[in-house]
Amino acid sequence: MAVYACCALYRLLDWQYALTAQATKQLTMDTSITPTDYAAAPINAALSAEEKIEMYREMCRIRRFEQTALKYYNKGEMAGFLHLYIGQESVATGTISLCGENDHVITAYRCHGHALACGMEMNPSMAELFGKATGASKGKGGSMHLFAPEHNFWGGHGIVGGQTPLGLGLAFGVKYQGLKGCCLCYLGDGAINQGAFHESLNMASLMEIPVVYIIENNGYSMGTSQARSSAHDGPLAKRAEGYGMEWDTVNGEDVYEVRAKTYEAMERARNENKPTLLEIATYRYYGHSVADANAKKYRTPEEIEKYKTYHDPIRLWRRQLISEGVLSDETADAIDKEAKLEANAAGKFAVESPVPTVESLFEDVYWEVDNDTAAGNTGRHFFND
Amino acid sequence: MRTMLFRHAIREAMDEELEHDENVVIFGEEVAQYNGAYKVTEGLWNKWGDKRIFDTPISEAGFIGMGVGASMLGVRPVMELMFWSFHSVAFDQLVNNAANMRYMSGGLANCPIVLRGPANGGTGVGATHSHCPENIFASMPGLKVVTPSTPADAKGLLKAAIRDNDPVYFMENTLLYGIEGEVPPAEDGDFVIPLGVADIKREGTDLTLIAHGRCVHFALEAAEKLQAEKGINAEVLDLRSIRPLDQDAILKSIKKTNRCVIVDESKPFCGVSSQIITIIQEHAFDYLDAPIKRVCTLDAPATYSKYVEHDQLPNVARILDTVATIID
Repeated sequence: MAVYACCALYRLLDWQYALTAQATKQLTMDTSITPTDYAAAPINAALSAEEKIEMYREMCRIRRFEQTALKYYNKGEMAGFLHLYIGQESVATGTISLCGENDHVITAYRCHGHALACGMEMNPSMAELFGKATGASKGKGGSMHLFAPEHNFWGGHGIVGGQTPLGLGLAFGVKYQGLKGCCLCYLGDGAINQGAFHESLNMASLMEIPVVYIIENNGYSMGTSQARSSAHDGPLAKRAEGYGMEWDTVNGEDVYEVRAKTYEAMERARNENKPTLLEIATYRYYGHSVADANAKKYRTPEEIEKYKTYHDPIRLWRRQLISEGVLSDETADAIDKEAKLEANAAGKFAVESPVPTVESLFEDVYWEVDNDTAAGNTGRHFFND
Repeated sequence: MRTMLFRHAIREAMDEELEHDENVVIFGEEVAQYNGAYKVTEGLWNKWGDKRIFDTPISEAGFIGMGVGASMLGVRPVMELMFWSFHSVAFDQLVNNAANMRYMSGGLANCPIVLRGPANGGTGVGATHSHCPENIFASMPGLKVVTPSTPADAKGLLKAAIRDNDPVYFMENTLLYGIEGEVPPAEDGDFVIPLGVADIKREGTDLTLIAHGRCVHFALEAAEKLQAEKGINAEVLDLRSIRPLDQDAILKSIKKTNRCVIVDESKPFCGVSSQIITIIQEHAFDYLDAPIKRVCTLDAPATYSKYVEHDQLPNVARILDTVATIID
């Protein structure tokens, strides 16, 4: 069973609990955390320099993609919500870097990072945010509903906690089909009080489903802190004990720790059909969504700045790789610039893409209709007159 | 032709589809070791074992969501709701997930699931257990809703539902599980009835009674009485599926008989009947010799009282009274 707060690397999460429990308390963050302890874990020791650099590139791509999206959102190019992942990039990048061909990923509405980390391209992703016909979902899903089944990425789901039984199902499907794999199912700390999540935990443990639930704990369920939303004793993941499930807490700013602990959970799922509940401490720099008018009111500007300055996952990984000698400042800058150019190009692609037609509203509703089968041609499916 | 019970026809459909496709898997509350709350799945666990049919906890959101997730990978879950009334605790999975998945993914994903179980009043179980939500789910694009009335239809339609690549919500009736009817023998070949094809259960010329599910039987009984007592020759059109809907069959019958009464166990406000009436008045207005009338469940929550429950539901007497208002 996981051990709570057993090492210094848990201090980030520990600090968050202290913060949310006593929101007015003066910040006393230990900024000397050096993410090296988990570098020696076999799954990390096996990483090549190229693979490490690739994770840096992925994090830069996610951030640049979202910064570009925010620019266009603020110009009025997008409708609805834009839930930014900026600040949390190490979680999706680190965990999804462990996925193989029979591993699947599903998450909630803050999904851009996971989509890109799974291999989704920027152009259809960006165009989807714009609601353009060239979007991954042809403009029908939007920011909260990116999909890339060819990369084992199954959304992108808008209802808090609603993806948790679906993740159970993806993992069930892998097991049913006799494949050795698992499902990584992400949720926010605000989702842990949804009933569907608890039903899923119970069934996952009871039925031995190879699912890894990953709580990305960024401290706030929209504007409500954990202290005001969750009755808990210690980590949120500890609730797994009520379902006889393994759990662990993870310092999300340390890519090595993220990978080491997630790998352990994935192997437990793949080899023993045992689920795990992980809680990864992380932080979002922006509001719940861009429309979150109170993003700087339910937390202090100083808190946000502390994270940006001392706990930025991209900066920390970059520093780590430079200290290891696998990356130079020049190369790191070049990778970031490349990501920025790619994001800019995706923005241009989206701007210039055609809008959907009204006729296309009736496509992608029924498989049988779309595929012009006998079933799709029998009886009336739509009722517009 | 052999006869069999309605519940056995459903079981035979599932048994055959388990054989037909190894991706078909059955789960729900009490479906396996208990042999089904209504004995619909009786014997299937003994025959097929834990992998193909298993019991779930009482967690509708959990197990239906699991079915939706698994279906995206090509598994074909056939899930039982002990009562369709329990849909309300899994509405997010039934609608936000199953109905919208294909759309929100721009056609990249689809959900070949079947949810089946009874959806009816008339058993003295009160408002929480007597919902007839076919109108609710038929109003959601992306879903299909099927309401069989006979053992043969139940078998053929369920087989089509299981083979369908879209989510199909199959609504049975506890009061029909024990009826007997002719079903083609298995050795005659695969018996599949396409969704979206209505069936004329009784030919007639003077009036069309449109019904689905158990109401088809009320309509048939009423038609016999109309013939015997008044010489009125009523046609009974069984919709069989609400969505897709056999609009052509409805209009063809109306154009023949020029009068219509809809018998519908869902509630009158925004019920199935409301949509049928809209279609008829838009497409066959000039063929009508009288206003379209309907016999629905009376517009109040389902009562518990056995003394008035019968009156709240559609019944033969109310059909006859209603018919009398539009034809002599």
